[in-house]
Amino acid sequence: MAQDKDAVLEGLAEIVNEIAGIPTEDVALDKSFTDDLDVDSLSMVEVVVAAEERFDVKIPDDEVKNLKTVGDAVDYIVANSNS
Amino acid sequence: MTDAPEAPQIRPATGAAYSRILGVGGYRPVRVIPNSEVLTWIDSSDEWIRTRSGITERRWAGADETVAEMSVQAAGKAIAQAGIDPAQIGAVVVATVTHLKQTPAIATEIALRLGCPTAPAFDISAACAGFGYGLNLADGMIRAGSAEYVLVIGVERLSDLTDKSDRSTAFIFGDGAGAALVGPSDTPGIGKVIWGSDASQKDVITQTEAWDTAFALDGAVNGPGEETRWPALRMDGQPVFRWAVWEMAKVAQQALDAAGVTADQLGAFIPHQANMRITDAMIKALKLPASVPVARDIAETGNTSAASIPLAMERMLESGEAKTGDLALIIGFGAGLVYAAAVVTLP
Repeated sequence: MAQDKDAVLEGLAEIVNEIAGIPTEDVALDKSFTDDLDVDSLSMVEVVVAAEERFDVKIPDDEVKNLKTVGDAVDYIVANSNS
Repeated sequence: MTDAPEAPQIRPATGAAYSRILGVGGYRPVRVIPNSEVLTWIDSSDEWIRTRSGITERRWAGADETVAEMSVQAAGKAIAQAGIDPAQIGAVVVATVTHLKQTPAIATEIALRLGCPTAPAFDISAACAGFGYGLNLADGMIRAGSAEYVLVIGVERLSDLTDKSDRSTAFIFGDGAGAALVGPSDTPGIGKVIWGSDASQKDVITQTEAWDTAFALDGAVNGPGEETRWPALRMDGQPVFRWAVWEMAKVAQQALDAAGVTADQLGAFIPHQANMRITDAMIKALKLPASVPVARDIAETGNTSAASIPLAMERMLESGEAKTGDLALIIGFGAGLVYAAAVVTLP
């Protein structure tokens, strides 16, 4: 069963908050991880690994570079999550 | 009826029951390269370098601080601490990727200069896992009876392989040597070494070119810096970070489990000094208790590949952060990708 998009956004915002200290309300679909939220490339990997665990999804290294915005990540997780 | 002649039997070799590190020593080059000097090569900032790597300065070797010279200096300290005569050394194992001559091995020159010119001597190429690979060989040799004392050296002049115009790697690497003198012990001093590789990721840390293609390119391979003499090191940061943190945390836990030691019993955690961010994330993934002192030598030494663990070990012992007899968890990981982790008793 696919994950609910709003629930994924909420969960992802909590992860980004915990790893990069960004307020959850700033983590919106149109925000770029690097340009708007100042999540650097290594923190991005931490976000990805935490998201994999939370949403039961595999996000391969090759895919990480395509996840430019929060919306990209939410869409990928919704489409690929096993839970 | 006569008995058949007895088949000839090989007498088995016998070694020590256990091995341990009896002495450790390091050599740090004289020249300090602060971040401010790196910023004359790349478009970056001190804050960017510190937050991405935790590095404030690194040491780069001068012309006289050769791979052999740094090794001899470091090994001399390890031998002195062990309190043995260099002539007793039964093997010299040198882990390096920056001895820029493929043959003969630099280990033979080092053996000659140290005073053990007849000992078996060879180099191993296992990048940042090289020290752990060497330690595993030393432990096996001593327990199998093929050597009583083994000198394991990790040494690098990574400045020779650094592309000063590559803003993703120019600030990371440093030079130096670290040595451990390993010998027989009545009690276990080196836990089972958990080692292995992930060959499917062989290209995520690699030199840019092979020698033959580099020669064909007539030096152009190293870019505008032109001070690097050999094909430089390239790294794909994100896959390396993911593997180094989460896969290596599992390996570190396996080393603890194999040794029958829990994390709270450690007197030191000494990971390869790859990047402070890797160390910090690995501590989290490993759930290491805050009471365990962690090696953070990278801040002033940079990433010295095979040399980083013995250098960090020496620093922790000298500063009093860790003590002789403490148990330390060491883990090396790098190009290959290859890794080696073990619990060891500090000398």
